[in-house]
Formats: sequence, C-alpha cells, structure tokens
Amino acid sequence: MKKLVSLFLAFVMAVGLVGCGSSSDNGNSSVGGVVKLDGSTSMEKLVGALSEAMPEAYPNISLEAQFTGSSSGIKALIAGTADIGDASRNLKDDEIASGAVENIVAIDGIAVAVNPNLRVGDITSEQLAQIYTGEITNWSQLGGQNEAIVVIGRDSASGTRGAFEEILDIEGACKYAQEIESTGAVVAKVASIEGAIGYVSLDMIDDTVKAMSLNGVAPSNETIADGSYTLARPFVMATMGEISQQSEAVKAVFDFIASEDGQKVLEAVGLVGVN
Amino acid sequence: MEAKNLSIFSSRKSKSVTERTAAIILRICAIMSIVAVASITIYMVISGTPALFSQGFADILFNPVWNPTGKNPEFGILYIIITSIFGVAAAIVIGVPIGLLTAVYLSEIAQPRARTVVRSAVELLAGIPSVIYGLLGILIINPVMYDIERALFANDPNHQMTGGSNLLSAILVLAIMILPTLINISQTALEAVPDNFRKSSLALGASKIQTIFKVVIPAARNGILSAIVLGVGRAIGEAMAIVLVSGNSVNFPTPFASVRFLTTGIVTDFAYATGVHLDVLYTIGLVLFVFIIVINIVLTKVVKAGVANGK
Repeated sequence: MKKLVSLFLAFVMAVGLVGCGSSSDNGNSSVGGVVKLDGSTSMEKLVGALSEAMPEAYPNISLEAQFTGSSSGIKALIAGTADIGDASRNLKDDEIASGAVENIVAIDGIAVAVNPNLRVGDITSEQLAQIYTGEITNWSQLGGQNEAIVVIGRDSASGTRGAFEEILDIEGACKYAQEIESTGAVVAKVASIEGAIGYVSLDMIDDTVKAMSLNGVAPSNETIADGSYTLARPFVMATMGEISQQSEAVKAVFDFIASEDGQKVLEAVGLVGVN
Repeated sequence: MEAKNLSIFSSRKSKSVTERTAAIILRICAIMSIVAVASITIYMVISGTPALFSQGFADILFNPVWNPTGKNPEFGILYIIITSIFGVAAAIVIGVPIGLLTAVYLSEIAQPRARTVVRSAVELLAGIPSVIYGLLGILIINPVMYDIERALFANDPNHQMTGGSNLLSAILVLAIMILPTLINISQTALEAVPDNFRKSSLALGASKIQTIFKVVIPAARNGILSAIVLGVGRAIGEAMAIVLVSGNSVNFPTPFASVRFLTTGIVTDFAYATGVHLDVLYTIGLVLFVFIIVINIVLTKVVKAGVANGK
C-alpha cells in the first residue's frame, strides 16, 4: 500500500514538472525536430554555441552537428544526409548547380597569428603575401629580430586556406614549411615556434599567440564589420533550395540566428553578423 | 539432455547435424576475411583508377608538382611516393640494427630477470597508440630538430625553415615504432635455432659472440628477413604519428625538408577534397595498397624460401 501511494505521488510530481516545462516556454515549442548539420571545422564553435543557445527559444529542436570540412558538408547536404551544409567559404559553381543555396549567416575574420615574442606587430597585405610566397624569409627584413620565418598554413583544401590565399591573390603560389590539418594545431605550432606565422579564425586567437594588424588595422569585430580589416570570409549555412522551402525546424534555425539572441551568440564566438 | 546430444555417443543423426552446423559456421568465418580482402581490393581499384585515366598515368605518378586546388590543378604524387620509400628505408636502416641486436640480447645473452624487464618494455612499446608517438615527436624531436636546423642553415637563403617538422623527425619516430615488430619476430626466429648449432659451435672453440654472429644469426636469416619485411609494412602504413611531425608540405625528401608521405597525404586532404582531388587521394590509397601487396608477396617468398632450404 505504501508503495502504491509513493508511486502515485511520483506520478503526480512528474505530471506537475511537465506542466511547468510547457507553461514556461515562449510559444515556440510547436516547432520541433532534429536538424542535421555537417561541414566546416572552422564553424564548430559557432554551431556548438547555437546548439547550446537554441533550446532556450526552441525547446523541441535539437541540432545534430558533424564537422567534416566545408566541401564534405556541402556533399552531405546534396546527398541528403544533412539538412544544412556548413561552409566557411562561398559556394562553388558546381555546388550551386546541384541545388545548394548560399545563406551567409556571419562573417569571420582571418587573423594572422604570430608568436607573442615577435617584435613585429603590423604588416601590410603585400608583405604578408611576400612572406607566404617565400620572398621574405626573416623577420629582420620587417624590422623585427633576426629570426627565420616559419611559414605555417592549412592543408590544401581547407576553407581558411582557400579564403586566405584568395583574398591575398596568392592561390597556389604559397611555399609552406608546414601544412597542418586543423586550426587548433596551427595555433599550437605558432605558440611553440618563435619565428612562426600562421592564419586562423579570429575567434581562435588566445593568449598563446598574437594577432597582427593588417595595413595598420587590428582585427576586431568592428573593423571586420566595417570592412577596414580585409582578411575576412563568409560563414555559409547552405540549404537545398531557399530557406522558405525548408522544414519548420530548419527555418527556425535561421530565424533564431537572425533574432537578437542569435546575434549575441555570433558575437560571443567572435563573429560578425550580416543583418 | 543437451550434453548427451552433443556427445559422440548420441545418435548418428544429431551428431552429423552438429558436426555439419559447426563446419558451416567455421567456413562462413573463414570466408569473411576473403570477402573483406576481395571487396577492399575491388573498391580500391574502382575508386583509385579513374584519376589515373582522366589525368594520365605520368601526370600523377611521375609528376613532382602537387597543387590540387590551384587555378590549373596538378596532381603529381612523385615526391610523395619517393618520400614514403625513402622515409621507410631510412627508418629500417636505423631500426633493424637496434631491433636485431635487442633480439640477440634477449634470446642469447640476457639473464632471465633482465629479459623480463626488456621484454615488458618492448611489449609496452608495441601497445602505445601511434598518436602518442606523434605527440612525443612534437614535444621532444621537433624542437631539437629546429635547433639543429637553425644551426645548419643559418646563412642559407635557399633553405626554408620548417620549425623542426621534417623528414628526419618522421624517420626517427618510424624507427622507434617498428622496433617491437622487429624485436619480437627476430627473437622468435633466433630462439627457433636448434641448440645443437650453438653447442657444436662452442665445442669447436668459437666464442659466444662468434657463435651468435657466425652461426645463430645466419641460421635464423629467414625469420629475421620476415621481421624486416613486416617492419617495412608497419612503417609504410603508419599515418597518425608522422602526420604530426613531418610538416606535410610536398617537397623532395631531403632530411631537413618538410615532407608528405602517402598516408599523411590522404589524412590531411581527405576531409575537404572534392572532384578530381578526391579521386587522386583514392589513387594514393591504391599506390599504398599496391606497396602493401608487394611487401606481402615478398614476405611469402621469403618464408617459402626458408622452408625450401629446410630452415
């Protein structure tokens, strides 16, 4: 008998809790479902922050994210295994021809990272291009200490590398000393080698490395948004067909990003909104 | 009773059913690995050959320029192939003397207590995940290499500083990684040499060291060769450890150059590659696969030659 009573009480409490949950939402709980994302490793922080922040506004939507790279994310989108393909670059013509639509959700600044001990803080686009093409090989040529430059880049198909080389117009002309397959590893290498230079997303800059100013402009959300810092690239969340043709759950993701809360998320991970 | 049905004293019918079922299960298990090998072979050939035909054999296999994402993409993997061959050969040259002499020590000279200690060290070495070797390479070998590099090339304007991630680092990591394979198989081969050989040699007045190098090692020659061939196989297939220490730029394999191996070429590019670039990665896989097959054929020949010689 005691058992029955406690079971009954537990049941009542459970119902009460469910009631609490549904009464405290703000009307978005009618939209539900799982949204599958796949794509750029550079967008991992953004997508992670989104999937943490979204349940507050949309309690029944969950984001299922994979980070396999820009191109393979778009491949997954076209193959139908993902609802949203994340790309840290503009879509290519053949991807658009397959039906993928480019939705730019944010702009990411590419920071030029150097070792904190380096006595050079500012560089011009031209000098940066010359470093990466092997014309400048020692920091003393730029007014720094006598330290050889170790040119570090990403693997040949990375979105960051593609954006970096395209913006500086040095595609295929770079002479890399090291080609690293992840953004985090670039930061680690730059932090450990005194003469190293590398490029990473602005939000990846931490205390272990120093971000250089480019043409006298330090990278920051403001300078990227107003266009004065020129090393920047779009973050694309591609969909098959326009957003208006997507499921309610996918639409909700884009609605959330456009909302005030969503823009705060972008800011929190070091990105600049496009709205 | 279940136990009774399974026993050979039970009826002939149930016995033959049990026997036959067991035989079928065993056969299916045996077929699994054949199916796996066959499907991998077919898959590698199907996905690895299109790029060869679309780009031309020579433009991929004998072309040194690797620029897969440029405006005029080139997919030459010559330097990558040479790097793999050169790197593995150098690792073998460093690893084989150390491995063989360790095996000699373990099987011929060591006291039981010392043998246990060295053996457990070797076994531990074999069990360490390859990514750990890579991390240690970054932390220990790369900084040392960078110091050497800075000293050697301080005034050489043509040398690009690599920060210590170079071919030599990868060779050192590989040489350590193949040691367990070399030691274990060589030791088994040395221990399989009949004791009469040693006794006869010692009885004829040869010293212990003379016996080891003139009698025991020659007698265990085929086993040692198998160890070397398996070591080559282990080294050529390694990716995780050397991707962290080798720098990954495509260059001709000089000791202080940043280099890319066949395996690391696939690892670094696979996540992002599209179109022909992706096809060429499969071609790299096919080349690697061919290397492994050749190594296995050589191994089979070595073992067969040993049987034919009566050793």
